[in-house]
Amino acid sequence: MSKAQIFASPDEAVSVVKDGDTVLVGGFGLAGMPFDLIDALIRHGAGDLTVVSNNAGNGDVGLAALLKAGQVRKILCSFPRQVDSYVFDDLYRRGKIELEVVPQGNLAERMRAAGAGIGAFYCPTGVGTPLAEGKETRTIDGRDYVLEYPIKGDVALISAHTADTLGNLVYRKTARNFGPVMATAATTTVVQVSSIVDAGHIDPEVVVTPSIYVDRVVQVEPRHYTVQGAR
Amino acid sequence: MPLDPDQLAARVAQDIEPGSFVNLGIGQPTKVADHLPAEIGVVLHTENGMLGMGPAAVGDEIDPDLTNAGKVPVTELPGAAYFHHADSFAMMRGGHLDVCVLGAFQVSASGDLANWDTGAPGSIPAVGGAMDLAIGAKRVYVMMTLFARDGSPKLVPTCTYPLTGVGCVSRVYTDHAVFEITPDGVRVLESFGTSVEELRARLEVPLAVDVH
Repeated sequence: MSKAQIFASPDEAVSVVKDGDTVLVGGFGLAGMPFDLIDALIRHGAGDLTVVSNNAGNGDVGLAALLKAGQVRKILCSFPRQVDSYVFDDLYRRGKIELEVVPQGNLAERMRAAGAGIGAFYCPTGVGTPLAEGKETRTIDGRDYVLEYPIKGDVALISAHTADTLGNLVYRKTARNFGPVMATAATTTVVQVSSIVDAGHIDPEVVVTPSIYVDRVVQVEPRHYTVQGAR
Repeated sequence: MPLDPDQLAARVAQDIEPGSFVNLGIGQPTKVADHLPAEIGVVLHTENGMLGMGPAAVGDEIDPDLTNAGKVPVTELPGAAYFHHADSFAMMRGGHLDVCVLGAFQVSASGDLANWDTGAPGSIPAVGGAMDLAIGAKRVYVMMTLFARDGSPKLVPTCTYPLTGVGCVSRVYTDHAVFEITPDGVRVLESFGTSVEELRARLEVPLAVDVH
């Protein structure tokens, strides 16, 4: 597909998701979570999904709501257990969801590899730990490494701050997190943004995700949610 | 007297060189930031994609798009930079951070670290970026109480909990003493209100002492 298509609603934008797909979901906790795309995916109803995301949902919103709707068969994430991950915790304890814990750097780099056409890579993270059990290892220049394979998505659902009409993206603060790497790693990348501007209105020097990685864009109202301050 | 958590954080902060790039783990290590004066120019890294992280945000400063690795709202300092997760972990795994400070369940005499999973029945494993920090930072400092709530030592001959990293810990800061992990064994650098003999009586790890 060539340039990104702009959709009028999140529902149309996520219609590409099929039963059994692997869906990369952006966000670190709630920062950068594509709430509107996830809500649309719940209405869409595609099931038997494998979700790749840093966490396994917070509270009752976003990814947690998708899990609660029973649409996710398996989740790959680095940090499922949090103070407000009760939806996941319950599903996991009842055996209703499969979990693969992946060190956060491997999660990012395995998607980066998928997006960059890398077949596999050797990485020192996890050597000698339970997360490397059964994996091929190799000693290179005296250091031990574990062989890790790419994680490719059928669809990526991410959130950015602004898109132009070609699909170039800029993000905001730490809400950037997994967005740029997920955008490269999926067959179809769907992005929700707070604003869409004409091509030429984002300085080419500050584009973070070039339009070649972006397939579908939808503008949504900024969501005001509360975050808990320092305790 | 053993150190309280704030005193321990201050003690760790003393050993961080001016101008270092530092990652502070979730929980107790976060407190170290309170003892790093601005003039020494330490740059804090947070794994969710930022260098130049400032103190926790309060009131109108709270921005849902700006949080630390513990998902707590924070602020940005002049000179801050944002980057995506693959870049952030390239910094961590590629040996670019000078120091990381992590909490731990156990550290072994050879510097093995266990801090992500107790392996207890019903526990849900969650590793986050701990394994990447453990193998990636130039120096890995652990900050922990020396004894668990049941009184058992957390500096041990061999870790019984699942490992986070092998031979990765440089130094262990505890409420009772500071230990350096060396190829020749564990050295006591400093103790707080306890003697090395008392430590030897309570730990199963052979302890050497620096003689000045």
